[in-house]
Amino acid sequence: MDNLLQIANGEVVRRADIPDVSVETFGMTLAEFVRNGGFVVQFFAFAENGITRLLAVVRNDRLYVTSCVVGAEFPSLTGWVSEKFHMFEREIAEQYGIRPTAHPWLKMVRYHRNYSGADDVFGNDYGGEEIPGKYGCFTVEGEAIHEVAVGPVHAGIIEPGHFRFQCAGEEVLHLEIQLGYQHRGVERLLPTVPQRRLPIICEAIAGDTAIGHNLCCCQALEALAGLTVDVGARIVRTIALELERIANHLGDLGALSGDVAFNPPAAYFGRMRGDFLNLLQVLCGNRFGKGLVRPGGVAFVMGDEQRKLIAAKLEEITPQVKNVCDLLFSAHTVQARFENTGIVSREMAEDLGLVGYAGRACGLPYDARVAFPSECYAELPHNTNQMTSGDVYSRATVRREEIMHSLALIELLLQRPETTAKAMMMEERRLAADSLVVTINEGWRGEIAHCVLTGADGAIVRYKVKDPSFHNWTGLAMSLRNQGISDFPLCNKSYNLSYCGFDL
Amino acid sequence: MESLLSFMLALLLAPLFPGIINRTKAFVAGKQGPPLLMKYYTLAKLCRKGSVYSTSSSFVFKMGPTVSFTAALMPLLFIPLAGTAPLFSFHGDVIVLFYIMGIGRFFTIAAALDTASPFEGMGAAREAFFSTLAEATIFAVLILFYRVSGSLSLADYFHGENAVSLAGPTGALLLFVIVAMFMVLLTENSRVPVDDPQTHLELTMIHEVMILDHSGPDLALIELGAFFKLLFYSVFITHLLQPPVPAGILVNGLLFYGILTLVYVAVGVTESTMARFKMNLVPKYILTSFTLVFFAAILTMGFMQ
Repeated sequence: MDNLLQIANGEVVRRADIPDVSVETFGMTLAEFVRNGGFVVQFFAFAENGITRLLAVVRNDRLYVTSCVVGAEFPSLTGWVSEKFHMFEREIAEQYGIRPTAHPWLKMVRYHRNYSGADDVFGNDYGGEEIPGKYGCFTVEGEAIHEVAVGPVHAGIIEPGHFRFQCAGEEVLHLEIQLGYQHRGVERLLPTVPQRRLPIICEAIAGDTAIGHNLCCCQALEALAGLTVDVGARIVRTIALELERIANHLGDLGALSGDVAFNPPAAYFGRMRGDFLNLLQVLCGNRFGKGLVRPGGVAFVMGDEQRKLIAAKLEEITPQVKNVCDLLFSAHTVQARFENTGIVSREMAEDLGLVGYAGRACGLPYDARVAFPSECYAELPHNTNQMTSGDVYSRATVRREEIMHSLALIELLLQRPETTAKAMMMEERRLAADSLVVTINEGWRGEIAHCVLTGADGAIVRYKVKDPSFHNWTGLAMSLRNQGISDFPLCNKSYNLSYCGFDL
Repeated sequence: MESLLSFMLALLLAPLFPGIINRTKAFVAGKQGPPLLMKYYTLAKLCRKGSVYSTSSSFVFKMGPTVSFTAALMPLLFIPLAGTAPLFSFHGDVIVLFYIMGIGRFFTIAAALDTASPFEGMGAAREAFFSTLAEATIFAVLILFYRVSGSLSLADYFHGENAVSLAGPTGALLLFVIVAMFMVLLTENSRVPVDDPQTHLELTMIHEVMILDHSGPDLALIELGAFFKLLFYSVFITHLLQPPVPAGILVNGLLFYGILTLVYVAVGVTESTMARFKMNLVPKYILTSFTLVFFAAILTMGFMQ
């Protein structure tokens, strides 16, 4: 552990304190850590003054950070140690043109020119007419094999992504997911904009996780600027994050129900999702909670009127949520569809490092609200779930339990009398120089992590964003192994991963 | 004359009934639902549009809708409607009719394969498989009806003195047939729990995925053909349910359309109260309907010697 520095969620560390080891030691340290049950939170490269470094943030029940100087290549940990490094190493290769040697499946993540100006690791020429999706998918050979390509343009209102199924009849042998169609260059954009725009951009990283990502961003800025947040504001932020969780989980339960053609809950859940989005509107005037969280607090004070409105609505809607959940989960035709569909084993989930409900449904209890509590979570009760068979039914059940838990949390928080002193507006603040801060929150999909590095003048030199979807897309691909292809939409919806959160 | 009028009326009303299914589903889901005449609006909209053809498809693709529409229309010429005799009838017409419907399916499948889309091939394979199984049920029903009525024509089954009816001496057996034919109706017309007519998810579709590439008037023909097919199966079940009333054609006609509406409502209620089956359970479901009818056919051997 000598080569790892223990850090805390949302606390600034001086960059000088971060261990700076050789590439070999760096790899050995991470390998040992991950082999002993550690998980990767962030693993990325950044360049400063002509020197490129790798920086890794890892967790067991605490957070650690380490870094090293890297050249044109480094030994890949993916094949050697764990799949947990897989996506991160591909991302490093794409962003900085650094090749992870002996990586088992090195391919593009988002299809963009690298930041360092080095030759593209994948041999793509982005000056020409390269487009996302230029990639020869993995194919299975054989008389009885047929290939089904879905997307990037889909029926219905979903984001673009390409799915390539290798099937033997109805059975899927392999699913390859190719994303990158929504790449907007968020990480490159963030360090270049004035500070006041940071929360606004972070709210747009993934539209359904506006509060989750923005909370990470604001906590990072608060840490770097030395701001404290009063209890009243923390209560509002916690309520907002839980409302976002409830709204999305309800919407997805409805969509799951619609996917198996069981219409009544789909209609009811759809309406209730709207009710919860409207509660966010009560808090801040925006149904997705945009503009609510700002560094130092919240931009809207929750007064008695809002408290009453939310409490009244919750009292009205909680029994409805229970009843419709019962309707969905007690229908035996629905159970027949959910159970034993899209199973990911616990070992697989652990090797892939699944987070959020996808991980919890496989028996990985990690919940960032419990492990690294921010805001009010340290004082609130935890949620535990018993259903851990890793199938669609487990993922749906975990979501149902989380909805009920979140409703209870909001009720608890509404009883607290503290009100924030004043609404915070966005101001330019001086950030601590030569510092690192890592902020982790449990968004509704799982662990969201932002990592901010500042330079000698306090300017942001690297802003790294990780959406939980970055871990979990591989979980979806594994869910489809030896499944009927007609169950893909159901499996997909049980994860409901973000395309733009992944594509950044 | 009244046969012709009755036939025309049925054609005219065919797009209304799916509207009833949708309204039933909407009612159970607590929604207002689309207007009852929605399907007419859709057909009118499609007819105003042009059709788009892929450059890689051939004349087979263009033939599909026409043939399948005609094949769906034909059975309505042979089945008694609202207490009137059918327009045409001959000994053995049922067998011809079910095979004509088979031709329609063949051309739909051929048109789907002609697009060379992996989705459509997948849907075609499912459709071919499931409807082959459903055929077993249908022919078991025909065997049973032949034993009961000694006839092989729809007119004899459902019209006139010796009509097959629940009120008749073999009525108890018809309960099996009604349940089985309802299951076949759901299968053949791509309804829940076999298929989901409302889904937009190509990978889960059976029938809908085969017509993804059709547009404009072609799609209108396919839709209208689907309404006719659904009407035929519903009329089949209605006849089994309808008690013989010694009254005028008006009373019988109203009774007929009343029961027909109930059949459609039953489809709507079924779709609202259950989820779809996993694809690999569908064959079991269809074969259950076969087993029911086959059991009924065995029973006839006992007391009809």
